Amino acid sequence: MTAPVSRREFLRKTLAGAGFAVAVSLKPLVCEVWPQQRRAREEVEIFSPAAWVQVTSDNLVTVIVNKSEMGQGVTTSLPMIVAEELDADWDQVRFEIAPARERYLDPVSGRQYTGGSTSVRQMIGPLRTAGAIAREMLLRAAAETWKVPAASCAVVKGTVRHQVSGRSLTFGELCRQAARLPVPRQPAIKSKSPQRIVGSSVSRLDILDKIEGSAVFGMDVFVNDMLHASIARPPAFGAKPLAFDREAAGKVRGVRQVVPMERGIAVCADHLHQAWAGKKALNVRWSRGSHPELNTAGVENRLLPLLNKPGATAHSTGDCGPALGAASRKLRAHYTLPFLAHATMEPMNCTAHVRAEGCDIWAPVQDQTGAVDTACAITGLRPDQVLVYTTYLGGAFGRRLETDFVAEAVQLSKVVQKPVKVVWTREEDLQNDFYRPACACRIEAGLDAGGHIAAWRHKIAASSILERIAPDQVSDGVDPFAVQGLTDMPYEIPNLEVEYVKADLPVPVGFWRSAGYSYNTFAVESFMDELARAAGKDPVEFRLAHLKKNARATRLIEELVKSSGWGRHPRKGIGKGFAYHSSHGTHVAQVAEVAADEKKGALKILKVTCAVDCGTVISPDAVAAQMEGGIIFGLSAALKEEVEFTNGGVASHNFSGYEILAADETPEIEILMLPSGGTLGGIGAVGVPAVAPAIANAAFNLTGSRIRKLPLRARGARGRARAKNP
Amino acid sequence: MIALEINGTRYQVDINPEVPLLWVLRNHLRLTGTKYGCGIGECGCCTVHVDGRAERSCMIPAGKVEGRRITTIEGLSENHPLKKAWLEVQVPQCGYCQPGQIMQAAALLGENPDPNDEEIGRAMSGNLCRCGTYPRILRAIRKAAGGRGMP
Repeated sequence: MTAPVSRREFLRKTLAGAGFAVAVSLKPLVCEVWPQQRRAREEVEIFSPAAWVQVTSDNLVTVIVNKSEMGQGVTTSLPMIVAEELDADWDQVRFEIAPARERYLDPVSGRQYTGGSTSVRQMIGPLRTAGAIAREMLLRAAAETWKVPAASCAVVKGTVRHQVSGRSLTFGELCRQAARLPVPRQPAIKSKSPQRIVGSSVSRLDILDKIEGSAVFGMDVFVNDMLHASIARPPAFGAKPLAFDREAAGKVRGVRQVVPMERGIAVCADHLHQAWAGKKALNVRWSRGSHPELNTAGVENRLLPLLNKPGATAHSTGDCGPALGAASRKLRAHYTLPFLAHATMEPMNCTAHVRAEGCDIWAPVQDQTGAVDTACAITGLRPDQVLVYTTYLGGAFGRRLETDFVAEAVQLSKVVQKPVKVVWTREEDLQNDFYRPACACRIEAGLDAGGHIAAWRHKIAASSILERIAPDQVSDGVDPFAVQGLTDMPYEIPNLEVEYVKADLPVPVGFWRSAGYSYNTFAVESFMDELARAAGKDPVEFRLAHLKKNARATRLIEELVKSSGWGRHPRKGIGKGFAYHSSHGTHVAQVAEVAADEKKGALKILKVTCAVDCGTVISPDAVAAQMEGGIIFGLSAALKEEVEFTNGGVASHNFSGYEILAADETPEIEILMLPSGGTLGGIGAVGVPAVAPAIANAAFNLTGSRIRKLPLRARGARGRARAKNP
Repeated sequence: MIALEINGTRYQVDINPEVPLLWVLRNHLRLTGTKYGCGIGECGCCTVHVDGRAERSCMIPAGKVEGRRITTIEGLSENHPLKKAWLEVQVPQCGYCQPGQIMQAAALLGENPDPNDEEIGRAMSGNLCRCGTYPRILRAIRKAAGGRGMP
């Protein structure tokens, strides 16, 4: 047996030798420098380096990343920004994840969190400034050493050179001297070009950890003397335990404590399999819950009638009533989409250690600020007494913006007075999610004599996310996330009305990659196709006719048309579909090609060509990877995903009950990077929304029948061979 | 007490032999590269090699693999062509499923050094990835296979 890894060991990080660190506080250009003292190996304070960048005598540049690495590559793209400004050599650049601390708050949101495709956009300012400050100080340190004018020195790939004499010193050799210098108030930010690191495809800084299996996810945290906990959770919404066998659970080998919780009953044991055995022995009898009649079909049956009830006006331009009355052609359609789970590959988990004087939390979280607040509320500690160490996140997609799994671990550690690691099973994870809201919508639109959209009336019924997490942001009955893609409708429509009816279902809802755009884009882009057909126009031409003022969209779509061969007659048996999406400052257009899969009586997705313009690109490979991933995420939802309900609870239990797309179902994906060079746009969410309507439109092109309900294919239609299990 | 041979090292573990190999690897031996994803062999995150074959360690009682040769991601050779290909193609995103993907792919190439796309797809179909790295996984496997020399 190997010795258990101690907490100290897990935390230990050494900063070799002295160095200097630059922090840029919330107000731009107000900077402080904390010269790093040589620290004892075992000290944990080293985990609170008050800086965005450290240059150390071992010639390493360490960038402190205040965002969660959940696959999007933020621990590469943020260091790229600093390294570019600093003129560092990419090979000397490292990263460290910031602990949850006030000084690491995102300057735009005032929180430490990762979501909404904002990381690069919101951090580029402070990080460029930090890099520029460090660069200027290193340059001046060299000039002072050589007693030459700073203007005669240059920074080249991690080295300062004196051009006349040919002398040079590395960053590592200069860092002590640099730390003694005053901090420049207004460091010179590099002009845009030439750029060496930004805009190039560097190797991800997290890649070796992830290839060798050494990356530490929340699941991989082990703390000395900790207990493993598993929680028996209610099988139906609102169900309460009526009876359970505490004694039987207590008799299971290794079980230390049974703790009734607000939602469920926790079993704490020496090992996880013992906690699971204890949970089984509890043999909990549950009450029927608040909505025992709820089943899968019931979701749509409850949403559709809401469209006949008065809702709240989310948007109104012009006057839809008369415009619809005067239209030469009118169309009306309903679209419905199911609840979806996040299904991160790493199930929810958290390790916490509550003591009288403080609380340590190790977890894959997207919202560090929320985790600290949660722990404070439970323990009564002050925020500065709570330390949150963010591990790698095994997928997040919005699920880890919630802190329910953090709360459990903190509560349990407080009760058992030991470190506690709570690990959810896959079943718990799928059945206790904050789901992507299901939605039903009705669109009525009218075309004028010239085949232009004269009026569009859109009514949507869906649950509200903000009602739970920020009710003050629901204004006049409208949850702005529920109407994303509608209130900011990209098409030029003179009369547009958007109405929202808040659905009252017991299913908890939360942010899911691309939030409201994920369902509204399906409806809008499908209906645009229906209108194009009614107008007798090509779907792309029809859209372009309603994007006349949008030069970026027009350019992007025209490029995609050229590259994808849109308009060329597709081969027999192949359908092509188009969809456009814009959000987070980024424009995306996709063409999907589908064929009939005769054997399975279903659609086969052959290819998705995706053009993306996110303004300025920091890391091209990260953009490509996010687009590929977003397309597959959206495709998986479009083809397969639906949370099922029975007896008032979630029926989907594991991946056989909640299928996600597999490798052998993945189409060819081609990404066309067409940055227009303007303001940075987000890339995390934008790949997702367009793919479902592109597929549905391609299916119509192939079969002539319109898909207005997702998922597209019934569950189990895959019939693929799974790899053999033992 | 059970005796396990993992990555060429022999371990004596005091554990109920019914406990799945996955948890012995992770919680007892701290070989945490092998991941828990579903517990019932539906996702492939826990894939290891038993006598060179890809197996789901969440489904194997530890006692059943006494005397067998177990390899985890930590024991895959330093210079395995798949590791090189994974790096070149920049496959991982969140990274959680990647050890399982690599172990599954390594077993495939062990049995079939030059698989075609359909064979790769079939072999990898039980290893789920939520980030959508599939196109890069397939590309990396093709690359690694090609690197071994085509017939």
